[in-house]
Amino acid sequence: MIRPHDSAIVRTLGHIVIPITQLFGIYVLVFGQHGPGGGFVGGVIIAASMILAILIFGIDSPDSVLARKILHGDGLGLLIFAGVGGLCLIGGGQFLNYSYLQIPSLDEASQHYVGILLTQIGVAVDVAVTGVSIAVSLSFDEDEISNDEVTNV
Amino acid sequence: MIIELPLLILLVVTAGGAIMVKDLISAVFILGSYSFVLALVWALVGAVDVAFVEAVVGAGLATVFFLLTLFGTTEKDTHIRRSPVPWSALLGLPVLGLLLLYGAGDLPAFGDVASAASTYISPEYLENSVEQTRTPNVVTAVLMDYRSFDTFIETIVIFTAGIACALILRKGGS
Repeated sequence: MIRPHDSAIVRTLGHIVIPITQLFGIYVLVFGQHGPGGGFVGGVIIAASMILAILIFGIDSPDSVLARKILHGDGLGLLIFAGVGGLCLIGGGQFLNYSYLQIPSLDEASQHYVGILLTQIGVAVDVAVTGVSIAVSLSFDEDEISNDEVTNV
Repeated sequence: MIIELPLLILLVVTAGGAIMVKDLISAVFILGSYSFVLALVWALVGAVDVAFVEAVVGAGLATVFFLLTLFGTTEKDTHIRRSPVPWSALLGLPVLGLLLLYGAGDLPAFGDVASAASTYISPEYLENSVEQTRTPNVVTAVLMDYRSFDTFIETIVIFTAGIACALILRKGGS
């Protein structure tokens, strides 16, 4: 497990940088239809902010509660993406054909817009969860490694 | 032209440095700077979305993953022992490079309107994406609407990668 960092500079900077990073990630995600960015990049930036919280404050700290909670969301993003496709199926069309989303008082192009936004949120959630999950998986237990060394020697 | 040449030299230098350097942690950081230079190249040729992904994933997330992996290993294997280069590689790689250069002569010029890639279906996307999807960024429209099934499978791949990492690396509990 990663131990929390004990430098006051790093901890103070973390409290400033992490919310800004998360806000920027959400901006990139939502703005992806009008500029560079999109679900994948936005998800990676949000994941990076949570990994930063884990690296600075440790996984058990109250400051990284979001990173702990998001670990239970494996497959949620995929469910959102497939759910949009399923809604299109229910609406009478093909899988992921957003023209059949059946949202009242919206024309076909706007339905495509909403479909793109929803699937982008799905990709972002999936990428963010996977990024934090891999980072947590990679942070080995230090006691375990020392035990392995003893058995190897 | 004046900015392309320094970027290309930086790219080659950082790529070679990441391979040649002895210390693995230095190699990870040089690889991160390589990704950053590559992102500048992508932005220069107009592929802003690719540049964004390269900067965020290559220079950011991949560096963190590499470092976490290195911190999980013991001191011994953070330095590489390199065997001498085999003669087959010394002979074969220049030939392969010459073949690639020979093949690159037939590639269409950058931004060629008459090339095969920009005559088949891309004009349709470029002309109709705004009125069909109200999405000014054509890259997002193609990825998430016209080719959303591909993106769906990619999302499954990412999900599988996370699950596989958790299954292999996490031992017991949490």
